[in-house]
Amino acid sequence: MEKVKILSPTAILGYGFPVKSFEAGLNKRPDVIAVDAGSVDPGPYYLGAGKSFTQRAAVKRDLYYMLKASAELKIPVLIGTAGGAGGRVHLMEVVEIIQELASENKLSFKMAVIDTEIDKEWLKEKVSHGKTKPLGNLPDLTVQEVEEAVRIVAQAGMEPFIKALEAGSQVIVAGRAFDPAVFAAYPVAQGFDVGLSLHLGKILECAAIATEPGSGSDCLMGEIDLEGFVVYPLNPERRATPLSVSAHSLYEKTSPFELHGPGGKLDLAQVNFQAVDDRTVRVTGTKFIKTPEYWLKIEGVKRVGFRAISIAGSRDPKFIENFREIALGVKKRVEDNFPELKGKYYLNFIPYGINGVMGELEPENKLSHEIGIVMDVVAEDKNTAEQILSFARSTMLHYGFPGRISTAGNLAFPFSPSDIPVGDVYNFSIHHLVEVDNPEILFPVEYFEVGG
Amino acid sequence: MVVKLIDIAKVIRSKNSGPFELTFDIIFKDEEIYKKVKGKKAINSELIKKLYRISEDKIIGIFYFDPALAVKFTIVRPLPAGYLGETDIYGAQQHAPLLAAQLEL
Repeated sequence: MEKVKILSPTAILGYGFPVKSFEAGLNKRPDVIAVDAGSVDPGPYYLGAGKSFTQRAAVKRDLYYMLKASAELKIPVLIGTAGGAGGRVHLMEVVEIIQELASENKLSFKMAVIDTEIDKEWLKEKVSHGKTKPLGNLPDLTVQEVEEAVRIVAQAGMEPFIKALEAGSQVIVAGRAFDPAVFAAYPVAQGFDVGLSLHLGKILECAAIATEPGSGSDCLMGEIDLEGFVVYPLNPERRATPLSVSAHSLYEKTSPFELHGPGGKLDLAQVNFQAVDDRTVRVTGTKFIKTPEYWLKIEGVKRVGFRAISIAGSRDPKFIENFREIALGVKKRVEDNFPELKGKYYLNFIPYGINGVMGELEPENKLSHEIGIVMDVVAEDKNTAEQILSFARSTMLHYGFPGRISTAGNLAFPFSPSDIPVGDVYNFSIHHLVEVDNPEILFPVEYFEVGG
Repeated sequence: MVVKLIDIAKVIRSKNSGPFELTFDIIFKDEEIYKKVKGKKAINSELIKKLYRISEDKIIGIFYFDPALAVKFTIVRPLPAGYLGETDIYGAQQHAPLLAAQLEL
């Protein structure tokens, strides 16, 4: 094979794409369709709660076009980080959608399912043998953190995808995966350069975000050869330029020169971005540097409690001026009233209009003429959260402060009910690396004959 | 010459790079101005410390990236994304102080 063509329909499975762009991509005869289905960006809730930040119907819509194209062109479809967070429950939801689509559209194919949820006992063993290390400024992983985690996933590299491709799978769906891996697996399986394949994957993973104008819900095509690769959009209204593509190499990562991933890192220091025409960019010079040991990134969350919130506003200049003292006073009143609940709840006020967005990073120090207040309570259980919130809300509504002349009430509530139960709250508790001997064994691939 | 960053940049954005870091991208309008900024190292740790009221050890790196005419810097998040009291899950609204920044070129 001299060249491999990869079609990336959308930045996240479920974000959608114009059918016209997708069909223009199919007319280019892609060898493979690949899509990233998740992200850690929407926060810890989704991994913890076992839910996706995308909607089932939207995921099904995107998959319908991809599976149909796969059947017609006889090409594989690869899906990474299924269900948004990539846990087993997330993965199984996408598997179920695929089975549903196959039966509704009379499609039959061999499907590979790659589970990337991590067994706690296996990880505890790794922890006790010093085979984990923190990413960023986190403390070292402990056995206790592993035990307390609700769910732990590892970011799979290309290996299990390549294994599934070699086994003749037409549809490959995985839990948490390194974003570029789903795009890079096919060309690497065909013998193309690992560095170029992963860099192409890094650009394709957000689809048309790397074009001008950028969009996360439109298609991008990549073609890799022995010396480099090109990318171009399929919507005539977009262009890939050396600037738009190189700027995307920066996106959402620590450094523009290094991209760490399973088993090694991409070195972008010598990369060249060149315009082929006014809509196509050629990239050369990316290198993959293998690490002596194979490290995988793992992500885990733990439950913190149950959240209830209330939203209110103030238009009173004296109230706004005194807000910090009022907030402290209300917290004090709550403490006095419920001494038995001390330490069993978290109460916070986010004052929009007084550094509500940036908090301690905010360099400005001016007051707005009106403010919005989000009262945030987290407690072990729903009852405690609602009890504290209700008391804090009514206390702030009638709280006395210096210069108060509006004695009927301090707050404007836009909603009734004013108190809203939100649900369970989770924190990222594990964001570490783990050393593995064999990444293939860690991620078992299961095969199913779907339809037929 | 003192210039406003907002007048010479095409993109000024902030975003998570993982749940524990905030990363900022500034992409300049043309090569000439980018080279001036790079030559003077006008985006530097002093400026970042002042704009974000953080200490040196919170700055993970500052990178000038020629192909994109861009400067990128990455800092430690005051609180991890989604942590109790944290207010910007995606980190996408932390660019604001850069909009008011002035550079000596």
